[in-house]
Amino acid sequence: MSEATILEPPLDPPRAAPPAAHAGAHDDAPHGFWSTYFFSTDHKHIAKQYLLTGLCMAVIGGLLAHVMRMHLAFPDRAVPGFGEVPAGTYNALITMHGTIMIFFVAMPVLLGGFGNFLIPLMIGARDMAFPRLNMMSYWTFLVSCLILLGSFFVPGGASPAGWTAYPPLSANVAYSGAAWGVPLWIAAVALEFVAFLMGGINFITTAINLRAPGMKMFDLPMMVWMQLVASVIFLFSVGPLVAGAVLLLLDRVAGTGFYNPGAGGDPLLYQHLFWFFGHPEVYVILLPGLGIVAEILPVFARKPLFGYRMVVYATLATGVLSFIVWAHHQFVSGIDPRLASAFSITTILISVPVAITMFAFVATLWRGAIELKAAMLFAIGMVGVFFWGGVTGIINGSAAADIYVHDTYFVVAHFHYALIPPVFFSLFAGIYYWYPKMFGRMLNETLGKIHFWGTFLFVNVTFMPMFGLGLRGYPRRTFDPRVFAHLGDLHPLQLAATLGTIGLLLFQIPFVLNFFGSLRFGAVAGKNPWRANTLEWTVPSPPGHGNFEGTPVVYRGPYEYSAPGRDADWFPQDVAPGRPL
Amino acid sequence: MWVITLIVGVWFVAAEGILLWFTFRYRKKDGVRAAYVPGKSFRQTGWILIPCVAILVCDLAIDAFGERVWKTIKEKVPPAQLQIGVEGRQWAWTFTHPGKDGILGSPDDIVIPNEIHVPVGENVAFTLGAADCLHSFWVPELRLKQDAVPGRHIQGWFRATRPGSYGVLCAELCGVAHGLMRGTLYVDTEADYERWLDSRIAAQPASQAAAFQAAPTPAPQPAPKTGGKS
Repeated sequence: MSEATILEPPLDPPRAAPPAAHAGAHDDAPHGFWSTYFFSTDHKHIAKQYLLTGLCMAVIGGLLAHVMRMHLAFPDRAVPGFGEVPAGTYNALITMHGTIMIFFVAMPVLLGGFGNFLIPLMIGARDMAFPRLNMMSYWTFLVSCLILLGSFFVPGGASPAGWTAYPPLSANVAYSGAAWGVPLWIAAVALEFVAFLMGGINFITTAINLRAPGMKMFDLPMMVWMQLVASVIFLFSVGPLVAGAVLLLLDRVAGTGFYNPGAGGDPLLYQHLFWFFGHPEVYVILLPGLGIVAEILPVFARKPLFGYRMVVYATLATGVLSFIVWAHHQFVSGIDPRLASAFSITTILISVPVAITMFAFVATLWRGAIELKAAMLFAIGMVGVFFWGGVTGIINGSAAADIYVHDTYFVVAHFHYALIPPVFFSLFAGIYYWYPKMFGRMLNETLGKIHFWGTFLFVNVTFMPMFGLGLRGYPRRTFDPRVFAHLGDLHPLQLAATLGTIGLLLFQIPFVLNFFGSLRFGAVAGKNPWRANTLEWTVPSPPGHGNFEGTPVVYRGPYEYSAPGRDADWFPQDVAPGRPL
Repeated sequence: MWVITLIVGVWFVAAEGILLWFTFRYRKKDGVRAAYVPGKSFRQTGWILIPCVAILVCDLAIDAFGERVWKTIKEKVPPAQLQIGVEGRQWAWTFTHPGKDGILGSPDDIVIPNEIHVPVGENVAFTLGAADCLHSFWVPELRLKQDAVPGRHIQGWFRATRPGSYGVLCAELCGVAHGLMRGTLYVDTEADYERWLDSRIAAQPASQAAAFQAAPTPAPQPAPKTGGKS
């Protein structure tokens, strides 16, 4: 089907006035270079800023992982290009790798990048509800990135207290040895959460208030639902963490004793505050990833998303349940063991709504007409790899089994299998899918497929051996395996994991080439290269300032593919009933 | 553990299998149009909801099994033949064995760093403390793991069933030398244990026990009961 037949607008679209909230939000005065590309209030530019910053942080986080893995594979040699890895540096590496990947890659890319770019476009809005707040959110985030990266260069180096920063280790300079690193870590993380709090408020307000005429909540694309629920989860969970971080900072610099048993405090208090946020955070990351996959599967299977409403309800249930599972991180931490039984049940129960969503994705493929484009490969890969994270989560969630695997490489393998699919697989899926909309050009499919198969293979080469390591009793956060006799014969598994990391990093090269090369050499995309239904594909690629010419009117849900009685196998949301394309 | 692995293994293989099967079976073919299956009716969503009810049943079964094991390991501390004090500090374990009198906190206590001796097949109760930051008392072979928390004295127990020596690790990040923090658990036969005890008592100057008051004393208020077993 050619572009020309697709892009014809409806003959007499009922035009509505732009929502009042938007009047005056954008001036139409010409924008200079700085106000367009740097201090832009346009959600699409802010999205790209978030995306690129997040990808840069991913490179740093990935290289830190590479240094760690090289050290673990060859503990008696210096890492090429880095040097010796003493124990203190190793602890800083694990801390910063975890912090960067979760807070400074997953959240900016999935929420700040895709959320910012897609929510207004998908609901037919001209911008976010609060464009200036949106810009402030990005710049606050960037400052937090600089503080975090700056902590590598202060006396004592970056924080070695683990990405969870448990006190007393993090609260007392005598225990950790990093006088500057830990306070900077706390400040960076707290500031970053302020940034995402601004973003989250914006997301919720926008998705609820600025929907195009005719768009009911159950006409929202799943991506918007997932971003909405993720933002609500974040909003409700982040308070305790920021409070916990402030108390930690006070303990550290003002000599208070909230977590110091000697002064009447309790280290477990911090763990509860941290994980009350920390576990919902997993779903803050997971849901946007699922949202991306939910957008891509129907388009490339040419089928409606199976059980749309069911998935929405399951997502809401996941959100609610995510608040009552946090203590599964603390089964052996010294909490009352009777608590563990209850948390074991809630933790394992969360598998039910997540399974509904995942099974709905699989069912979407049933009797479809599947085109395995790079975006689709990554989306299916996400589903496939995430099952590993899901089933191994049951083992961790069962309190009795957790006693053994807790704090071993089994947990490392589990959470990488649970987080790499939503973060990296869906990130790549999303980039291959929306790149034409973001930059107006297509990515190269062949490079994309090489990228997928290499990444898919080496993710498994890296993390599959870690299940074995963990089950054989290999502790995480151990910088030198030669210390323990029983770990010596596990070295081949460590070596395999390290080779996997190298492969994984090398196979990102085609992606980088593709990403920057296609900016210039990619085929021109046109409005709707994938013949997709959602509203972002009804505007030019890339969309101009203010997105939509007029206000689109929505007549149906986002996944009406292969609807019976129509010649075309797609049916955009804004095409009036009875009208041909 | 085996129950869980079996249950989740079956689900996993089924889910991945169906995913692969669908992916390859329903590749795009010329002239074949995708079916319109929105999954709105109950008849269709049943394909999701019924497996999920099955998952719910499996979940509850796993919880029921796990609950029994958890109760035995962590909640019920059985009467023990031996009481031992364990303390983690940066970066060593300190083990306090009761001397001949079998009572902890008495002058004939034997305090040794990084070495713990227990007789085989006996229930050993321990009191776990931490001097500075969090540590975690971990003997992988015994499936024994419990965090040591400053300010708390956590009760637990284990029973070693096979003689030999086992590594004692720290499983909670505790600073620079966390990865070097290790001890050894010697599981002795009854006779070996007595012989070792006698040799230690002979070697230990009388003043040492009095000087070494680092041994955790019983908690002033009832501490949460926690523990482990072989």
